[in-house]
Amino acid sequence: MSDDLIRLSAADLASKLASGEVSSVEATKAHLDRIASVDKDVHAFLHVSEAALQTAAEIDAKRKAGEKLGPLAGVPIAIKDVLCTSDMPSTSGSKILEGWVPPYDATVVAKLRAADLVPLGKTNMDEFAMGSSTEFSAYGPTHNPWNLDRIPGGSGGGSAAAVAAFEAPLALGSDTGGSIRQPGAVTGTVGVKPTYGSVSRYGAIALASSLDQVGPVSRTVLDSALLHDVIKGHDKRDSTSLRDEWPSFADAATAGLAPGSLQGVKIGIVKELNGDGFQQGVKARFADAVALLTSAGAEIVEVSAPSFEYAISAYYLILPAEASSNLAKFDSVRFGLRVNPEGGGTVEQVMSATREQGFGPEVKRRIILGTYALSAGYYDAYYGSAQKVRTLVQRDFARMFDEVDILLSPSAPTTAFPIGEKIDDPLAMYLNDLTTIPANLAGIPGMSIPMGLADEDGLPTGIQLMAPAREDARLYTYGAALEQLFEQSWGHTLISKAPSLSASEQSAATEGVV
Amino acid sequence: MAARPELMDYDKALEMFEPVVGFEVHVELSTKTKMFSDAPNEFGGEPNTNITPVDLGLPGSLPVVNGQAVKYAISLGLALGCSIAPTSRFARKNYFYPDLAKNYQISQSDEPIAFEGSVEVEMPDGTLFTVPVERAHMEEDAGKLTHVGGSTGRIQGAEYSLVDYNRAGVPLVEIVTHPIIGAEHLAPELGAAYVETIRDIVRGLGISEAKMERGNLRCDANISLRPRGQEKLGTRTETKNVNSFRAVERAIRYEIQRQAAILAAGGSITQETRHWHEDTGRTSAGRPKSDADDYRYFPEPDLLPVEPSLELIDELRAALPESPAVMRTRLKAEWGFTDLEFQDVKNAGLLGEIVETVSAGSSPQAARKWWTGEIARLANAAGPEVEASSLVTPQQVAELITLIDSGELTDRLARQVLEGVIAGEGSPSEVVEKRGLKVVSDDGALIAAIDDALAAQPDVLAKIRDGKVQAAGAVIGAVMKAMKGQADAARVRELVLERAQA
Repeated sequence: MSDDLIRLSAADLASKLASGEVSSVEATKAHLDRIASVDKDVHAFLHVSEAALQTAAEIDAKRKAGEKLGPLAGVPIAIKDVLCTSDMPSTSGSKILEGWVPPYDATVVAKLRAADLVPLGKTNMDEFAMGSSTEFSAYGPTHNPWNLDRIPGGSGGGSAAAVAAFEAPLALGSDTGGSIRQPGAVTGTVGVKPTYGSVSRYGAIALASSLDQVGPVSRTVLDSALLHDVIKGHDKRDSTSLRDEWPSFADAATAGLAPGSLQGVKIGIVKELNGDGFQQGVKARFADAVALLTSAGAEIVEVSAPSFEYAISAYYLILPAEASSNLAKFDSVRFGLRVNPEGGGTVEQVMSATREQGFGPEVKRRIILGTYALSAGYYDAYYGSAQKVRTLVQRDFARMFDEVDILLSPSAPTTAFPIGEKIDDPLAMYLNDLTTIPANLAGIPGMSIPMGLADEDGLPTGIQLMAPAREDARLYTYGAALEQLFEQSWGHTLISKAPSLSASEQSAATEGVV
Repeated sequence: MAARPELMDYDKALEMFEPVVGFEVHVELSTKTKMFSDAPNEFGGEPNTNITPVDLGLPGSLPVVNGQAVKYAISLGLALGCSIAPTSRFARKNYFYPDLAKNYQISQSDEPIAFEGSVEVEMPDGTLFTVPVERAHMEEDAGKLTHVGGSTGRIQGAEYSLVDYNRAGVPLVEIVTHPIIGAEHLAPELGAAYVETIRDIVRGLGISEAKMERGNLRCDANISLRPRGQEKLGTRTETKNVNSFRAVERAIRYEIQRQAAILAAGGSITQETRHWHEDTGRTSAGRPKSDADDYRYFPEPDLLPVEPSLELIDELRAALPESPAVMRTRLKAEWGFTDLEFQDVKNAGLLGEIVETVSAGSSPQAARKWWTGEIARLANAAGPEVEASSLVTPQQVAELITLIDSGELTDRLARQVLEGVIAGEGSPSEVVEKRGLKVVSDDGALIAAIDDALAAQPDVLAKIRDGKVQAAGAVIGAVMKAMKGQADAARVRELVLERAQA
């Protein structure tokens, strides 16, 4: 029973909750049990909520009392540790914030609570979301549920792994250069980076303000749509949040399931995002996907974005520049870690000692890069040029979207690599985000959905859909359609092929019963 | 302790060098909430109570621009004759300091909201001097540090420091002038007059309390000297903490004399901030400052550009009050004051008080007489820090003058009433009542007193009857004494002459 509950999609679980077949307490308990059983191996969570069952019970009581509840009421959810939660520590994966409980909820977290979802806990991430493998978490790496020796992607490896390991049906992530989509690709799950400004950033501990966007993580496209519907919308506390009225993304996803939904859709394959450096198995699955789409009546055209060649360089100037400033507040004066140098010291020395001990190597690397890029005399050459590239990337997208409805690429160049493989090679690590970065630079929405397993290592690959800014609904319609095509062609969902992780005797016994 | 620096005689300094000054004036806006958060913008309060996560720079918090502050900044820009930028942008000024919660200040860098204007400043001799304004930009204030344990109250030598973020995020407009050339020996007076003019402008706009002693209005004075005939500007110092008009004047004079002595001795000026010390009348070196100070400015990614509509700008322009210079010209004509009378009022800083007293019903001359006379004298007697305006309100003065005009008080009685008002005994009428200071206008009571006095001084009576009217003074004095001063002396005189002939 509890194994059935954790394997349900959020949408299916929600309908069982709504019908009274299952209680939120039961669903929450099932996921807490799963966490207790597998998370010592996966390490998706940094903190598991002590209030989850209580929250679930309250929601059950509301439902019993006949209150009108939202579509995801009672469904458990994992929250990336980058988001402020007033009842749980929020560390952004850093020692400098160890144990820090914010006095307020991020707007998206407040929306989850208002929609009666059940926060299960906080998920692991690369420190301050800097990384593509979750190995830069100050609290140890998360392991990919498909192969525990592999990375789960990053920075949101914890959220993706939690969902892939059935520890939660839903999670929130944040995506600055691919931190939702790339982990989705390498864990066989779905992740969406919404249009910049469509989801509030208030209470999301900032990495790079002009690139960060909070978004959904799930196992199905419809589930991401349902979660996106909860978190979207204007927030007066975030000046960069859009005032748009958004359509129902769940409706958009459902529309994609209708027969012929891909008929005549113009799909662009971005030449620069499917190149030589890509793993053979990724390229093969991508070719399969293109063939499937063609057979479904979509019109495939190759398009080119010459500026993308420079996107990664521009990104690694803009991001560190903004991050170097955003992270200046971690100085021990008002919150977080304080390290007193031996024998005491001036406030500058305390700040310095705190930052020296409190930040990990990748954070320091990027702070130094960003500080340098913003320095007088270098600003025009680095930050200024990077902003120009950003404009060119936006123009390339605009030109391509004049021609096509959506753009496609692999979500990541490779499948999950072994933990430790790239930890000492920052450039190799940065190349993981090659395919996802352009969408952040342009502020457009992107989605990764499972694309099948690579032949050479049997690990998941992901396909990325990109739509024009504000057209997130297109991602859900065509994403749901493509997801359906894949599953029809495979005869199963990809995630159903994930290892059970129930290696212990106790779990094996449970499996035997099923 | 450094030796007291050499100072050159001021006139000699001016003979050798041309002073160039420039000002950065920070104006705290009196909005209800802070620049980027909804915390109350209030002076004082228990430390760290007027704060939100935004003011503390807590992780995840984001700034939101206060629309009222933008309107105030536009109004100020317009009042300074500046152009208003159709698009201006906030930028981050990055530096580490514990009073700066985020370790960057949200300010405006190369895209300020207002730029290129000028201010007409009235010099002490009544002439106008045009000060060129480079820009006015919006930014947030920092918190306040209190250094504990040292002898100086400065950070050096302190055991620990306390930080209060109540002021963090208070909206500021910084007004930056171009280098001001041509004030010559009046450069110090120009400085004081400029800051006073800014004070008058922002008060006229109603956008700031503009109290220098509270730090609502803060001035940094840049001063440099160049040898006569040299085109290139000299190295400047930036003197901070000059918190009164008088201090601005003194600090500029001091820096001119100090720099002149160094330059004349073949030395060079260090580009640095300097602190003004009100008690010693000197400046001391602060931190070195160069044009290469690297604040790593970049556009604030958490905020959108500020793009005020033309309609809004026009609306604010239409609502601008008269400039202080125009207003002064008008008032002088309306009030019919002489140049000297008007200068007195202006120099005493009592223009506003007289405007209000007149609008409460007094004649301008009576208002002037009381404010610059008795009230100023009492303020002076109460101590050098006491402002006349802090003793009584214009409404109270107007009421006092009304009582005099209606004959209920003599000037002498009115002075006693004023003392009562200042002592907190109530309004002028209430003081009259409580102290029983009303003029005795009952002729019957006066006649009785006069008859008694005449009877007591038969020789005087005889003299009056002989036509020696001036002898009546002695009787009048006696009557006034008997009436405890609460009689109208003119009426007493009339009656004395009348009764003497009876």
